Amino acid sequence: MSTAILDAYIARIEEACGEERDYIIHFKYDKKEEAISKILQKATLQKTVAKIIFDLTYKETQIHLYATGKAIFKKIKDKEELNQILIELLS
Amino acid sequence: MFDPYKIREDFPILKRKINNHPLIYFDNAATSQKPKQVIEAIKEYYEMHNANVHRAVHTLSLEATELYESAHEEVAKFIGAESTEEIIFTRGTTEAINTVAYSWGLRNLKKEDEVLVTLMEHHSNIVPWEILSKIKGFKVRYIDINEDGTLNMQALQKAITPKVKIVCIAHVSNVTGVINDVRYAAKLAHENNALILIDGAQSVPHMPINVKELDCDFLAFSGHKMLGPTGIGVLYGKREILEEMEPFHGGGEMIREVSYNPKTQSCKITWNNLPWKFEAGTPNICGGIGLMAAIKYLKNLGMENVKDHECALTEYAIKRLQECQKIKIYGPKDTKAKCGIVPFNLEGFDSHDLALLLDNYGITIRSGLHCAQPLHQKLGIKSSARASFYIYNTQEEIDRLVEVLKEIEKSL
Repeated sequence: MSTAILDAYIARIEEACGEERDYIIHFKYDKKEEAISKILQKATLQKTVAKIIFDLTYKETQIHLYATGKAIFKKIKDKEELNQILIELLS
Repeated sequence: MFDPYKIREDFPILKRKINNHPLIYFDNAATSQKPKQVIEAIKEYYEMHNANVHRAVHTLSLEATELYESAHEEVAKFIGAESTEEIIFTRGTTEAINTVAYSWGLRNLKKEDEVLVTLMEHHSNIVPWEILSKIKGFKVRYIDINEDGTLNMQALQKAITPKVKIVCIAHVSNVTGVINDVRYAAKLAHENNALILIDGAQSVPHMPINVKELDCDFLAFSGHKMLGPTGIGVLYGKREILEEMEPFHGGGEMIREVSYNPKTQSCKITWNNLPWKFEAGTPNICGGIGLMAAIKYLKNLGMENVKDHECALTEYAIKRLQECQKIKIYGPKDTKAKCGIVPFNLEGFDSHDLALLLDNYGITIRSGLHCAQPLHQKLGIKSSARASFYIYNTQEEIDRLVEVLKEIEKSL
């Protein structure tokens, strides 16, 4: 079930290199509106930038969500933690 | 006359829209776009001449072989090499550097030796040497850079001691665009009986290069950054050094003879001639042919013109970006010391955020560490955004970048 949610919404996950682990999520084109809507419902909006980025927090995680269907999840411990957060947000 | 607007007509991808905006492609340091002449050359090869090269007698194979060997000749002429024996096709710059590390370094470096690299190197000119140092026990030493991102030449002079066996240095930094005086570095290295390997990934596509003038022992570069396809690159090496080196990869094509002796139950192997000794297995034939077409295209434009165009764009970009109050540019501002690449950050903004924002406007830049983490550590920044230019970029596109950045600044 959980993996199915990730498969349903996510096209690709890129891990940024460097000391801090940021992950860039690309949502599937036909599911991006739905994904954005679900995340906005569950995460707390801090501010919007240029009407394009939503600066959000969910639990301890900072998320930058883009209207184009991409998101950056900041300072994540590992892929497992990322997947867990994504499952919670997209369920 | 060099006309970027006319050049753009040769690049089908530049007609694309990204997020409903005309594509502005400023990620050329990562890879360049391909003109229809290169695309056509690859298409024609597969439609008309496709066959495996060497050691076949049929017509198609002869045609493919002639094309593939011509590609070596074209590369040799382009960089002023003595002959095609000095031109080894690789997958790219990374494989070219690894070839030197494993073919030359594995057999020539000892525990008491040192390999010099600089803090501005791409990881591809750091990691192979660090891996090898764990096997052989030698020391990899890092030459410091100045605050403006230029190489500290005094540190280089000081570091070249009799212990140093090879100096590995980028001709142009892939982050700051700084042009290093590799000719002088070669002189210093040779005076100390060391070799010099130049990472030309960011220089060969953008300026005239002559290996004899530079007096480099090795030069590595990639085809895909100079209008060619991905998966093809070049290692230039001085013939006398290559002759002494053992191959990196073993397999077909790179041998002259594999003779089995039933008495000893082993094979006696003799290597093929240069450059084939270093090209094991079926090579990237169409990649080589694509690279040949790319070089012909660049030669037609004239590499001095390419350089001048990019320098003018860089100068213009630096001038215009300085109009943005929250933009910080890294590296020297003097375009005589750099070429084609402008790294920057928007205050309070992560570089990935900035790249994603610009993508929303169809502007393609790179963000992150650009495979040069030590340089970012030295500059004291977590990451950077990077705009890099090529022959088809225009001042108008830079104007658009600045316009969008100003819009973003206002909305913060």
